[in-house]
Amino acid sequence: MPFSQPEHWLEQHGDALYRYAYFRLRDRAQAEDLVQETFIAALQARQRFAGRSSERTWLIGILKNKLVDYLRKSFRERPLAELIENESEIDVLFDASADDHWKNPPADWMNPIQALESKQFWKIFMECIEALPVRQAQAFSLCELQGLEGEEACKVLGIATTNLWVMMHRARLRLRECLETHWFSRGAR
Amino acid sequence: MLTCKQTAQLVSLSYDKRLSWPEQLGVRIHLLFCDACRHFTRHMRFLREATRRFALEQPETDNHARLSPEAIERITLTLKQHG
Repeated sequence: MPFSQPEHWLEQHGDALYRYAYFRLRDRAQAEDLVQETFIAALQARQRFAGRSSERTWLIGILKNKLVDYLRKSFRERPLAELIENESEIDVLFDASADDHWKNPPADWMNPIQALESKQFWKIFMECIEALPVRQAQAFSLCELQGLEGEEACKVLGIATTNLWVMMHRARLRLRECLETHWFSRGAR
Repeated sequence: MLTCKQTAQLVSLSYDKRLSWPEQLGVRIHLLFCDACRHFTRHMRFLREATRRFALEQPETDNHARLSPEAIERITLTLKQHG
């Protein structure tokens, strides 16, 4: 596998690495910093690049570790109360006076899988991830995008599994609602 | 019988851990009678699939998908210093 000169890395991989980091952190400045750190680490470890994978895969591998390190630190700096926020976030979606039925019942999305082929859909999808509270988005991406197992993710984030589950549930409820509002209820696409 | 709120919570939880037998049964029974929660269950399945695709393919869009010119300049400079 050919290995390009470091001065070309930025041009060839910069945006891809940035996108990778941005949608897992939801913080532009931090994502840029991690891209920079990744390139520096890659520069130092250049000799160890065995060429078994593509250069891009190798760089993303470094970035992944940087991301997890960053989340490990930044999550612990926050008080747990702030992460869990208030119970009402879920409660408001249900009608306590009517057996906890949905206030706005989830609709039939008909043939949602079609949406995955639409560029416009992905724009909305990213906007919905961006609309999540930062910590929820980070926990969600650690588990769902990075593919960490629950226990592993809890170790990184320094929270109990039950807290992680609550955060994941909230993130899913919000994403679902956001997709319904901005994509699926807007008539035939 | 489970409420919609409890059912939604369990359906979501089933993506994080294996539900117990009584939990699975409770969800199934509720789904027999509840359109809204059946939709919700499909939405969760869709969400998992969309997220998986997103993680694999990194679809390109225009929102914040690029490094800013300032960042490019800064990183170029730093790489020179380390190179």
